[in-house]
Amino acid sequence: MITLEGIEKSYRTGANALKVLKGVDVTIQDGELVSIMGSSGSGKSTLLNIIGILDNYDAGAYKIDSRLIWDLSETEAAKLRSEYIGFIFQSFNLIPFKTALENVALPLYYQGIRKKRRNELAMQYLEKVGLANWAHHKPNELSGGQKQRVAIARALITEPKLILADEPTGALDSVTSQEVMDLLKSINKEGKTILIVTHERDIAEQTDRIIYLKDGVVLNDTSVNA
Amino acid sequence: MDRILEILESISSNRTRTILTGFSVAWGIFMLILLLGISNGMENGTREKFKDDAINSITISPGQTSLSFGGLLPGRKIRFTNEDFDLINKEIYGIEKSSARVEKWRTFSVSYKSKAGAYRVRGTHPDHQYLEKTVMSKGRFLNEKDIERKRKVCVISEAIEEELFEGESAMGEYLSLSGTMFKVVGMFVDEGSEGENGVIYLPISTAQVAFGRADNIDRILFTTGDASLEETQAMAEQALKLMAAKHHFSPDDPRAVHIRNNFEQFNRIAGTIGLIRTFSWIIGVFTIFAGIIGVSNIMLITVQERTKEIGIRKSIGATPWSIINIILQESVIITTMFGYFGLFFGVFLLELIAKFLPDTGAVISNPTVDFSVAVYALIVLVISGLVSALIPARKAAQIKPVVALAAD
Repeated sequence: MITLEGIEKSYRTGANALKVLKGVDVTIQDGELVSIMGSSGSGKSTLLNIIGILDNYDAGAYKIDSRLIWDLSETEAAKLRSEYIGFIFQSFNLIPFKTALENVALPLYYQGIRKKRRNELAMQYLEKVGLANWAHHKPNELSGGQKQRVAIARALITEPKLILADEPTGALDSVTSQEVMDLLKSINKEGKTILIVTHERDIAEQTDRIIYLKDGVVLNDTSVNA
Repeated sequence: MDRILEILESISSNRTRTILTGFSVAWGIFMLILLLGISNGMENGTREKFKDDAINSITISPGQTSLSFGGLLPGRKIRFTNEDFDLINKEIYGIEKSSARVEKWRTFSVSYKSKAGAYRVRGTHPDHQYLEKTVMSKGRFLNEKDIERKRKVCVISEAIEEELFEGESAMGEYLSLSGTMFKVVGMFVDEGSEGENGVIYLPISTAQVAFGRADNIDRILFTTGDASLEETQAMAEQALKLMAAKHHFSPDDPRAVHIRNNFEQFNRIAGTIGLIRTFSWIIGVFTIFAGIIGVSNIMLITVQERTKEIGIRKSIGATPWSIINIILQESVIITTMFGYFGLFFGVFLLELIAKFLPDTGAVISNPTVDFSVAVYALIVLVISGLVSALIPARKAAQIKPVVALAAD
């Protein structure tokens, strides 16, 4: 379970501070498929960074399974990220000089798992996203949809508590977008908690619950398909 | 192993840049090795030159006056006798070993049975062995009794034995020197110049008779023990004054007697070489330093270019330390690998130079660096690799994943 209580965050730009999050309260249960919507400047990216332990917050409390995420060193943050969070990005963020297999296996490298085991697992996850035949191709030989599926496999390989997807379909055409969404939904069906940040309504509507963010506060939090 | 593969992969994915970076380091090490090798060679060359004689020796030989003195005209020849030798030994404090010398240059017929040869025949005192660094291989050198009794004995080099005795042993045999028979009592090898191996030693007293030189001597040699440079200079000065007083010439006359202070010369050259060596290190180290700055610069660019990659790695669990590690190790691998090339080509070039040097008489001799220098160079390389990566690695570790991922 993920809980955010009164999360505040401001950015300092020169002399004046810009308050981006003004007290956000959100609770996400295990196994939920949630989307966060909001226009640019609503604070949704900032919120995602905080949930992803990529950024810290000024006030409030963020807990994963009742563990308070606060005042972490970079090393501790890295460890928690590796343990709890799997990221999926709009621009895929694969490492260009590594093959699909190596990209998927990389998170396990940072967990200190041996190469043989890493590659076995990476292969399993590539199969899961239907790209076993593309294992030894570099990202530039893959289509956008394929790249995102590699990224999804990479996010899944550490069996994280939470999958964070930042505009996962933002760089894809509508057909491919649907494929990626179907894949995410099927992963959710297996019990993974997934949080998608998007500004596309039809994407958000495929999730169980939509959280609208506006001017740094939750404007609306509605269940869709329940 | 895993990590090294990871690094090699990243190095080879930026091949041109890596090679350009590495070149500056290779060049630095190459220059350092070359300069050190050359200065080593100069030192060896000098040592070679002084190998022949005791470094702390002073040699005095008579010349011809060039200044008028006490009513005597210039152009007068000075002759040394046994008296001068005794005077110097008596008056100068601090003499360790001393010998006088008379010599005939290849004008003395030397023969054994039907074989004959032309050699330098030299009459000396027993101490001459130390002054000339004559190493006995068989028998003995001359002794005091030989001098006292004007014995007809001689000491020859192994080279002469080979030439005259044709494989037989010369020990105890008799050599004919201008018709007089001399018993061979010892044999030597001389590490120094070729010429010293064509010498036959006789007791000085015997030689003076054999050469018809009465009590004349050609030069006086002595060693100064462990006297300091200043002390040896004072001793040389005193010898000059003694001879000037006895032979009535001006002590300021530069030609009346020739004094050669080996220690002084050695010090002068050793000082110059020390300077060259220091200079070589300074240039070498600065060249490497330039290399370090080059590597550091390129690593900074690398970090800049890889900001996004580092962000990705961080978002999937890379700790700051693991990022620092990547940069440090990349830098060390690049510098060590290319430094090794520099080392290799430096040593290769030195070997090549050594091969084409004449065997003797060159200013440079055996211009090589020893193993310890290679080890130092390696340490310098690893350290410079680390130093080069310090700033870039810090920068990489400070990259915020949020910012890095936003950069595109």
